[in-house]
Amino acid sequence: MDNAGVQIAFWVLSILTLVAAGGVMVSRNLLHAVLFLIVAFIGVAGFFVLLSAEFIAMAQIVIYVGAIAVLILFAIVLTPQSIRDNSETAMVGPAILLGVALTAVFLFVIHDTTWATDATDPGLSASDLGRALLSTWVLPFEIASVLLTAALVGAIMLVRSETEESEDVPDADA
Amino acid sequence: MLTLEHFLTVGVLLFCLGLVIALSKRNAIGVLMGIELMLNSVNLTLIAFSRFSTGPAEIAGHAFVAFVITVAAAEAAVALALAVAVYRSRQTVEVDQLDLLRS
Repeated sequence: MDNAGVQIAFWVLSILTLVAAGGVMVSRNLLHAVLFLIVAFIGVAGFFVLLSAEFIAMAQIVIYVGAIAVLILFAIVLTPQSIRDNSETAMVGPAILLGVALTAVFLFVIHDTTWATDATDPGLSASDLGRALLSTWVLPFEIASVLLTAALVGAIMLVRSETEESEDVPDADA
Repeated sequence: MLTLEHFLTVGVLLFCLGLVIALSKRNAIGVLMGIELMLNSVNLTLIAFSRFSTGPAEIAGHAFVAFVITVAAAEAAVALALAVAVYRSRQTVEVDQLDLLRS
């Protein structure tokens, strides 16, 4: 971790990620906020590569950038123009105050603690992760698949339920 | 020399930005974006701890992140379906106008 390239990558990624997250906060149009969010997701994926978690980085790109961001974009596009406003409620002052206070507390704890770290790369690969998921964590792994199925069925039910009773939807190919 | 503290600091800043966004945005989809940022920063922290860990179970961090990503995907799907359903019945997704339970 003392390689010059790694250090440059770290600082570039930090600035990219935090500026993009700030852009989500300040942009007034919800569509711009989603685009900033995508940049922040890509920055975090870069951090995963830096921390030699290549499989997680790829999963981050595929799931967050490829699925969640597109899902959010669709939700925005499917609702009318009038609700694309990304302004704050009256609670923005207390929220910022809480955020700053929490940052101060966390930063104090992080820099006050003596972490027992080991800078050598553990060299974990995707096959290690796969073996761990199917041995030590096989029960949570199966529960996660049930959770995903339940969530997707629930999401479909939530969106469908009202269209059927209000009007009959014409066939897609009609 | 990059240490664990560098990555934890970035994680904290990202988490608190996400928290401020989640607490202060008027649009429910904006709140969801804040929550996604917070989940991302937690993933970053877990991977950083896993990378700098001294123990034998470094893969635990990776496994946790895999589960967090799965739950985040499920959560995003349900939250956006809820937003669409709420929009249909109330014609708004602004969280300060959803006061149906207020007497």
